[in-house]
Amino acid sequence: MSANKILMTGNEAIGEAAIRAGVDAYFGYPITPQNELTAYMSHRMLEEGRVFIQSESELAAINMVLGAAVSGKRAMTSSSSPGISLKQEGISYLAAMELPAVIANIVRGGPGLGNIAPAQSDYWQGTRGGGHGDYRTICLGPSTVQECVDLVYLAFDLSDKYRTPAVILADGRLGQMMEPVTFDHLGPPSPPEKPWALTGAKGREQQSIKSLFLDPDVLEELNLRLARTYEKIEQNEVRWDTLQMDDAEVCIVAYGTSARVSKEAMRRARDEGIKVGLIRPISLWPYPYEPIRQAAEKVQFFLVPEMSMGQMIEDVRLAVEGKRPVYHTGRVGGNVSNPKEILDAIRDCCEKV
Amino acid sequence: MAGFGGQGLMFLGKLTVQTMMDEGMHVTYFPSYGAEVRGGTANCHVIVSSDEIASPVVEMADTLVVMNQPSYERFKTRLSPDGALLANVSLIELTDPPPAEYILEIPATRIATDLGDVRCANMTMMGAYNQMRSFVPIEKLIEQMKRAFGEGKSAIWDLNAKALEVGRDLAREQLAASSQSSTT
Repeated sequence: MSANKILMTGNEAIGEAAIRAGVDAYFGYPITPQNELTAYMSHRMLEEGRVFIQSESELAAINMVLGAAVSGKRAMTSSSSPGISLKQEGISYLAAMELPAVIANIVRGGPGLGNIAPAQSDYWQGTRGGGHGDYRTICLGPSTVQECVDLVYLAFDLSDKYRTPAVILADGRLGQMMEPVTFDHLGPPSPPEKPWALTGAKGREQQSIKSLFLDPDVLEELNLRLARTYEKIEQNEVRWDTLQMDDAEVCIVAYGTSARVSKEAMRRARDEGIKVGLIRPISLWPYPYEPIRQAAEKVQFFLVPEMSMGQMIEDVRLAVEGKRPVYHTGRVGGNVSNPKEILDAIRDCCEKV
Repeated sequence: MAGFGGQGLMFLGKLTVQTMMDEGMHVTYFPSYGAEVRGGTANCHVIVSSDEIASPVVEMADTLVVMNQPSYERFKTRLSPDGALLANVSLIELTDPPPAEYILEIPATRIATDLGDVRCANMTMMGAYNQMRSFVPIEKLIEQMKRAFGEGKSAIWDLNAKALEVGRDLAREQLAASSQSSTT
């Protein structure tokens, strides 16, 4: 192990990664289980001479992000589920205005105020846009604290490249847990030129960025342009990991904390002679349909452990196209399956097939 | 590891993972958080492994470090029968002890008070825990403790080093006694 590893919580690691990615401004409002992230930024951003504002509400925070982004700066906010719901209006506006921004959601139990325990029940919100209108957000799902670092750094680059908001979807357990991380491999931030930014029109033509287009033909043009952007993202930015899929007869599809727990269940299943493999989506949108489609040609069934009643399972079913059974397992309300529960689900499904 | 909020169990967990990370091991630290830390018990799950760690949550612990009675009652059923219980017997009555390979009775609160500051009870347990699991030589542990406290708290380095040593000695004695009784 390298000497430059340090111990951090997922929350702190997300904050530090954003700083390494050159975030110019962070705006946040407290909510458990992501508070360590806002707290971390409150001192680190000042140390770096950058902007930190604890806003008066989530709405204020996301609109401050919009303001910073419109001026060409790298901007970020973070929250947890109910707070992210409040930010959806602003995220829709960011998408419409083709503005980059990074939004971290450290997901907790819902719906409503729910609780402060970890969950994956915001998958639909994270991967389907979340707010109103015909748009998508890039959505990345880390499963280790190191991956929190790597994906936050990536999120800033992707968000700038495609001029669209990027969401980090991590559950409360990842936010709270500590693991060794390194930042050594991250280069200096390289944000692209942003000629579209509103920086004052001195010496150039006036330009504007807005989201109100009363003429349907003009709005349609925006919708079509966004669709072309999303198509490019789907072509270029799909990311996933696989484990022991070569000889697999059973395929688990899981992300984030569920993928970690699944790995242990998988190890125990293999000890019993059940050949289980894992496909772990890293980009939740764009989704890795293709490797799942290929797996459907050879495995007997799919099992999707989620900390929800089954949200990502819909994407797995879209990929499998009815060729194989796709089963769900999981705990909800802030509970997390343990490896034994997932192992039991594997055994049960083997009986069914 | 569990105790009252304020007994320094979270610090102890972090010290363990920091120490073992520096030894090249895979580590995770997962704290209880939120409303739970006020009042009742605070706890953390610590995993040290030569392999990649799948889940940071400990289902059955091979070592249970408990600092107060409620923690003991709450977590004793999650100790593996071939595991080790390290109990702060100054504050814990070991009623209906769980099946365990080793039970180390460390009067950590009393020792810390005798040393001059009740707040080093956690370090007494750390000394015993490190001895129990043969993690690192005590000199290394003392170095890690100093680094964790930082220069600003150098005034309490010696006290905490002493607490680590007393904990180590007690664990060593009790482990020797238990191996003797099992061979005879």
